[in-house]
Amino acid sequence: MQYLLVNYEQTAAVILFCIGFTTMLLHKNLLKKIIGMDIMDAGIFLFLACQGYIRGRVAPIVENGVQSVTAYINPVPAGLVLTGIVVSVSVTALMLALTVRLYYRYHTLNLDEMIALAGKEEV
Amino acid sequence: MQFVQNFPFFCIMLTLVCAVVTSVLKGRQARWLTMGMITAVTAMTAAVLVYTLTTGDSYAYMMGHFPAPWGNEIRIGAVEALMMMVFCFVTLFSFIGGMVPSIREIEKTKYNIYCILVDLVFLALQALVYTNDMFTAYVFIEINTLAAAGLVMMRQKGRNLVAGVRYMIMNLVGSSLFLLGISILYTITGHLLMVNIHESVAALAATGAYKIPLTIVVALVTVGLAVKSALYPFEKWLPGAYSNATPTVAAMLSSLVSKGYIFLLIKFYVRVIGFDIICSLGVLDVLFIFGVAGMIMGSVSAVRAKTTRLMIAYSSVAQIGYIFTALGLRSEIGLVCALWHSAAHAATKSMLFVSCAEMDDACGGTHLRKHLRGAFYHSPLLALAFSLGALNLTGVPLLSVFMTKVTLTQAAIDVGGRHMGIVLGAVAISTLLNAVYFLGTAMTLFIPTKEGDEVLPPTVRKNPFTTAGLIGLMALNLAMGLLSQPFLSALAQGLARFA
Repeated sequence: MQYLLVNYEQTAAVILFCIGFTTMLLHKNLLKKIIGMDIMDAGIFLFLACQGYIRGRVAPIVENGVQSVTAYINPVPAGLVLTGIVVSVSVTALMLALTVRLYYRYHTLNLDEMIALAGKEEV
Repeated sequence: MQFVQNFPFFCIMLTLVCAVVTSVLKGRQARWLTMGMITAVTAMTAAVLVYTLTTGDSYAYMMGHFPAPWGNEIRIGAVEALMMMVFCFVTLFSFIGGMVPSIREIEKTKYNIYCILVDLVFLALQALVYTNDMFTAYVFIEINTLAAAGLVMMRQKGRNLVAGVRYMIMNLVGSSLFLLGISILYTITGHLLMVNIHESVAALAATGAYKIPLTIVVALVTVGLAVKSALYPFEKWLPGAYSNATPTVAAMLSSLVSKGYIFLLIKFYVRVIGFDIICSLGVLDVLFIFGVAGMIMGSVSAVRAKTTRLMIAYSSVAQIGYIFTALGLRSEIGLVCALWHSAAHAATKSMLFVSCAEMDDACGGTHLRKHLRGAFYHSPLLALAFSLGALNLTGVPLLSVFMTKVTLTQAAIDVGGRHMGIVLGAVAISTLLNAVYFLGTAMTLFIPTKEGDEVLPPTVRKNPFTTAGLIGLMALNLAMGLLSQPFLSALAQGLARFA
């Protein structure tokens, strides 16, 4: 319990990941699945971002000639998060576009109903 | 540095540039550009293969001007070159063999998009095989997922859209688990390049520190990639995606996309964590159980499938079970067997999908197995190609999958104990089931139709592209079967430099 409180950012990130994961897998509504996917990704990005942050230090942009590495945070996780966000946004956009197409076709957002309706169509 | 060492980098860049240029071309030009690009990449990969086999060398190639551990790099050795060579041939022949059906089934205005997606899947595959960086692997996993989902949906039918959504959902779960795994790994080791991670992990393993986080990392990455490569029981998305797609797409999905993930998983085990450490964590025991279950359950589902395409799709679940069972044996022969079967299954499954789709159309556009009766008499090449694939996957001697079964059995006997009994039993049951559904269907093709049988008129004419693609795939399969021993020896020797 003590470790969870000390590392509260990581704890929050794992809770977010679990919420997103269960939402994505257990809900039948496609929109809720997409929301779950975004929450799950946000959990991972929070986890990564808090790994790079070091309390009392600043972003690695050299100011006033301070070049000591001990003055700055680790920039690599921030770079990874940015890349991850780009990927996540692309995936969300594609999933949303697909959801719109499927809704126009089947008039439902329930994935199980879509599967049943598609199963009745000609191969 | 020799000039040939640049070729993997050239291949990746050529594919990337080709994907961009294809976006402004019309269908016909896009098609020829893609085919030219795949041919060029195949030729360059052949040169790299010759170089790595003759020198026995494995080298890291710096991407940009920053050396390790800051920069990004790719790494090439005999294992990567051998696997990439098979994947290149499969891509080339599947693209040629499935060209006419894809022209028929995809809207004319969207054909260049189809070519872009083929380029991107091929690009991601090369990156996954060559990369030496975990985060680059994640990025290309996502590119692979998006491009493959796009390919599944190219036919624009309801079934394809739904299959695409299911494919996306399961694959995104896998990607997220993989990303969480490498995030924790970065936290523990402070590195993203595979060799540097391995040095840190080896130091940690020596002291016994961080054992639980390391186990969690291995479990997350394993489950993530297992979901994406359709290991039983995570295979629910597979039948719809494979059986409704165009022949080239089904061939690429079953032969290349899933194998890229499996190759990355093997690379993660051997190069990133270290196979000795992986064996001590117990994750492989779980993989072994799922692999054995997949070998049998996939075959049972294939026996029950009504359409030929669905049967071939479910058979992939069984074959992926073979690969994971081999991995789960925790031995070097098991690793070689997993790599070999990845290549052998890629070559065979693509041939089955291309021949089956054309055979369906030659039998009146049917998808039912019973309507394929007598197909040999009007489409001999298609029937022969299908039969060769069927015989191969059943495990007939002189063909490639026979060597998988021999190597798997040999690995199991070496390990001994309960593993040996389970593997021998599973191989026997799976082979029997393979014979039931594959040989049963193959025999149907050679039985002449009787008077009173329902015979549907052919919906398409024969075309030279399918013929050329199928001859290429048949030659590849026969070559892999006849040259299996040198191939396996090269893989075993390459594995020594793979870590």
